[in-house]
Amino acid sequence: MARFTDSVNRQASALLGWFDKRLPVTAFWNNVMTGYMAPKNFNFWYYMGSLALLVLVIQILSGIFLAMYYKPSAAEAFASVEYIMRDVDWGWLIRYMHTTGASFFFILVYLHMFRSLLYGSHKAPRELLWVFGMLIYVLLMAEAFLGYILPWGQMSYWGAQVIINLFGALPKIGEPLTQWIRGDYFISDATLNRFFALHVIAVPLALLGLVLLHLVALRENGSNNPDGIEIKANKDVDGKPLDGIPFHPYYTVKDIFGVGMFLIIFCFVLFFWPEAGGMFLEHDNFFPADPLVTPTHIKPVWYFTPFYAILKAVPNKLGGVIMMGASVFVLFLLPWLDRSPVKSIRYRGAWYKILLALFTIAFVRLGLLGMAEGTPAQTWEMRVWTLVYFMFFVLLFFMSPKAKTKPVPDRVTH
Amino acid sequence: MSSDGVNKGRRRFLVATTSVVGGIGAGFAAVPFIKSWMPSARAQAVGAPVQVNIGKLKEGQLLKVQWRGQTVGVLRRTPEMIANLPKVDDALSDPQSADAEQPEYIHGEERALNPEFLVVNMHCTHLGCIPQMIPQVGPQPFDENWNGGFYCPCHKSKFDLSGRVYKGVPAPANLRIPPYSFLDERTVMIGVSPQGAV
Repeated sequence: MARFTDSVNRQASALLGWFDKRLPVTAFWNNVMTGYMAPKNFNFWYYMGSLALLVLVIQILSGIFLAMYYKPSAAEAFASVEYIMRDVDWGWLIRYMHTTGASFFFILVYLHMFRSLLYGSHKAPRELLWVFGMLIYVLLMAEAFLGYILPWGQMSYWGAQVIINLFGALPKIGEPLTQWIRGDYFISDATLNRFFALHVIAVPLALLGLVLLHLVALRENGSNNPDGIEIKANKDVDGKPLDGIPFHPYYTVKDIFGVGMFLIIFCFVLFFWPEAGGMFLEHDNFFPADPLVTPTHIKPVWYFTPFYAILKAVPNKLGGVIMMGASVFVLFLLPWLDRSPVKSIRYRGAWYKILLALFTIAFVRLGLLGMAEGTPAQTWEMRVWTLVYFMFFVLLFFMSPKAKTKPVPDRVTH
Repeated sequence: MSSDGVNKGRRRFLVATTSVVGGIGAGFAAVPFIKSWMPSARAQAVGAPVQVNIGKLKEGQLLKVQWRGQTVGVLRRTPEMIANLPKVDDALSDPQSADAEQPEYIHGEERALNPEFLVVNMHCTHLGCIPQMIPQVGPQPFDENWNGGFYCPCHKSKFDLSGRVYKGVPAPANLRIPPYSFLDERTVMIGVSPQGAV
């Protein structure tokens, strides 16, 4: 037995050697996995990135199979989705994977971004890493919007109507621009067909490219950590960070545990609660698109509602669109707005905890208000939280350089 | 790259001209792709005027038809509705429709060739939703002094029964009035102005 395994091992390493001469397999593995030293104090928040990657794979896989049955035409789209749900073997599961995956993608991305706010992962030297991440986020919103049109239900149709007409608020170029996007004078077959092409090819390709850039930029400086200190500042005699451990096997195993826990939650929703009470799949979207009737209560899917609330809060068409655009764009500037000498919330002092708490409440509250019917009182509340949302960035800019900080340790803590 | 015996001026010139020519070429190559997104010839052709028979419309009834992909409403207003129009002028942002998109032969508070029939592009001037008609006069959840009108479910814009926009709502302008004319008492032609009118 021992001789047999020896012989298999020998042959396996010979095969690997053959490959290594032609493709840097081992070198690449050592470079990005076993040789990559990650801080040893990662916590819960450090699961989100790898899980988002997992969901990206789920989306691509389920999406490929949906595209085999879906028909991107105004006449057939709605029926083809019902066909997937009712007649295609396991089609319902594949579609629910895709719809549930979309919402979980945003849950993970929001938690992933919140982690940066906690530990200052966007701060120098990781500004580009953050910018690539933001580009991924914006593209993800585009991808989600485009995909939401495809079932050609009432919410698909009227959601597209509202979002495309946002561009119409721009002076002069607005009207021709919306016509160019729709390819018609109204949302039509031409619009659906091109959105399908963008959803299945253009945006996913761009997303994959950006994910690659995000990862390359991450590996260049290494991950930040909950203490917000650079582990490369303290190295042993071999030049390895004292507070670092090899990504493989330590963090691969940790991430696999995370994958297991995540899939339990994911599958629970997938199997028992795929519509999430109208949050992941809206009730009105089970009616075919009708250009003559707008649903009485129109709202986007939950992950857009904070920005939608900001749009609704402003009683002016162009102003609302500008504020909504600004609420996303300002996030790109975060690395430069945050001028604090320390990264982690642990050493920033109470002012930052209060600011971040208010910002988080504002974001969640705006999200809830964005879904609500909207009474005048709610409109005023939206205005207040919109102000809080933007004040976070203003106050951060002015307070961060001067505010008192606690002493940052040289080595990571446990 | 060796720099011995290199004519640097010529190299710079070649790099610059190649970049410029390549850039212009890429720009031209992009045109067909960008232009392909414009409404196609087929989409442009489907824009014929629409005839609407209004003979069977009851008082207070709203008929929706499609014209050039837009939803156009024909509302037969009751005398009370017409009489109520001036009451809300103070609450409107453009009561005389000075900035509204409408043909020149449409004016005043009624905004119609025949005050009894309002012909209006139903799409909200905010983001294109179709407002609901709520003709009853009396308090509504969204307005305590509701005088009857159109209410947009998307972002709560309010219009009166002439499609005139209220103050303090996201919609920037009154509902649009398309060009239309009466072929006879019972037939409206949407998309064609009355003879002699501009």
